Amino acid sequence: MTQEPILKARGLVKRYGRVTALDHCDFDLMPGEILAVIGDNGAGKSSLIKALSGAVTVDEGEITLEGQRISFTSPLQAREAGIETVYQTLALSPALSIVENMFIGRELRKPGPLGQWLRMLDMPAMQQFARTKLNDLGLMTIQNINQPVETLSGGQRQGVAVARAAAFGSRVVILDEPTAALGVKESRKVLELILDVRSRGIPIVLISHNMPHVFEVADRIHVHRLGKRLCVIDPKEHSMSDAVAYMTGAKRPEAA
Amino acid sequence: MSDTPRNTAEYEQALGSADAQLAEFEGPKRTLLGHVQHFLHSHPTMVPVIVLALSLVVFGILAGERFFTPFNLSLILQQVSIIGILAAAQSLIILTAGIDLSVAAIMVLMSVVSGKLAITLGVPPSLAIMASFTLGTLAGMLNGLLVTRLRLPPFIVTLGTWNIFFALSLWLSGAQSIRSQDIDQMAPLLKFFGNSFRVGGANITYGSILMVLVFATLWYLLNKTAWGRHVYAVGDDKDAAELAGIRTDRMLISVYALAGFICALAAWASIGRVGSISPQSFYEGNLQSITAVVIGGISLFGGRGSIMGALFGALIVGVFQSGLRLAGVDVLWQVFAIGWLIIIAVAIDQWIRKVSA
Repeated sequence: MTQEPILKARGLVKRYGRVTALDHCDFDLMPGEILAVIGDNGAGKSSLIKALSGAVTVDEGEITLEGQRISFTSPLQAREAGIETVYQTLALSPALSIVENMFIGRELRKPGPLGQWLRMLDMPAMQQFARTKLNDLGLMTIQNINQPVETLSGGQRQGVAVARAAAFGSRVVILDEPTAALGVKESRKVLELILDVRSRGIPIVLISHNMPHVFEVADRIHVHRLGKRLCVIDPKEHSMSDAVAYMTGAKRPEAA
Repeated sequence: MSDTPRNTAEYEQALGSADAQLAEFEGPKRTLLGHVQHFLHSHPTMVPVIVLALSLVVFGILAGERFFTPFNLSLILQQVSIIGILAAAQSLIILTAGIDLSVAAIMVLMSVVSGKLAITLGVPPSLAIMASFTLGTLAGMLNGLLVTRLRLPPFIVTLGTWNIFFALSLWLSGAQSIRSQDIDQMAPLLKFFGNSFRVGGANITYGSILMVLVFATLWYLLNKTAWGRHVYAVGDDKDAAELAGIRTDRMLISVYALAGFICALAAWASIGRVGSISPQSFYEGNLQSITAVVIGGISLFGGRGSIMGALFGALIVGVFQSGLRLAGVDVLWQVFAIGWLIIIAVAIDQWIRKVSA
């Protein structure tokens, strides 16, 4: 592969007291791909993701985004740089509407003095934008975008969270266990949504425990074990049982 | 070693022929009560509005004609204006899932500060008022800093600052009141909000107008600006708001500071309302402001309810007190009634919450 990774990490180390969560971990995300990150509980997946999304600051190592060295101290900075994360908890405010949730933290204000001096929100423009984005992602089964998020089903909420991440010209979308809490049908919708986001050229990091889902949508699979990258496998050439065997240490990858 | 990895969705193929019918929970008929519950769920301010309307009707009948005179209605407005403004500040804090036991203490301290500066030290009244605005904002900010930086529960922080501000008021004033005549002589500006004008038989004080303006401004801020939506988001789910990119600590500090500023406004208005300045006044103001907010249907768990509810809540309390007094009921039964009102208001709120959307 001659392409440069869009998001690259080298030698990340993160210690919590005497526990080493990341032990000189490497990471590569290629443009336009879906990279799945799998690993057993406690392997350090979430520490890796938090490091990439700015939620934790690493002790050692460097992260580059499109060749630029980055070091985030808050998720906000990562987001400003174009790394959007959809957390397992979704980070939606239940009582606020779909539109308000999509725009939270980056609301549009009315042009002119109303917006500049009175700070008035431009609700029509935000609704228009939200409607377009949800439409693009085939999520317009949601009839009323002013309805509170708490009235939506689990899959629809996930859809809103993914749409929020994909809507704002982001360069990388990180999805943390997007299907963990969903039923079969809703999971299917979310997987389609993930493929849809990729087809827009946005690369995705997918953290999941669900092997069938991982093997279905991922282009490459990053196997995380004992705080570092054990290997990267091609789902077309490996079976799920191989992946599980690597992940749990039952089997070692042939020549790294 | 590959065993058809791309067909991993095979097991889901049965989905195509799956039953497309989703479970339907909504029965064919909804009871009348169910309709009411749904309506109130989507219009949360309607509860205090209905209660206010009903209590006006009931007291209109009980207390006779004297109740519905323009004079009496404007008197109610005057009587609730100070607690109303405090309730506006309290609403902001409660919307963030906090509680502020110190609102009235900040107000009293600020009235003492402006009195001390203008009357005892001879500072120009306008400067004294500006100083009280600044210090009130700082006092609120202190609450906010303690809540966010030390991660202490707002209840504890404001319980502490309530006592601290009360003690400071006593110290600054030497536990002495400033007499009304002295204010009139040296700094009539401090009593500005006690001025009034007449419309028909109604006697509208500037303080009543101030209360309405405070609520209108906060309504705008909370509903039409990003800041306001963030207040709701933080109160609803602080962790989610943080992850969604809101700087929740800064937001909370700004909310407490604004509440402090509103308390300083209430301080200025209170001098006009009471006439004198006493460090011992409004000792129950903290709890009365919470009462108004709760009766107004704003959830103590944060993130839900409208600021206008607090205005209606304050008015309901005022209508009850005025109506019961005019009906010749002893003061102790007024307190008794307010107590039940609080419990009923929260019970109705919980019942509406249970609605299945």
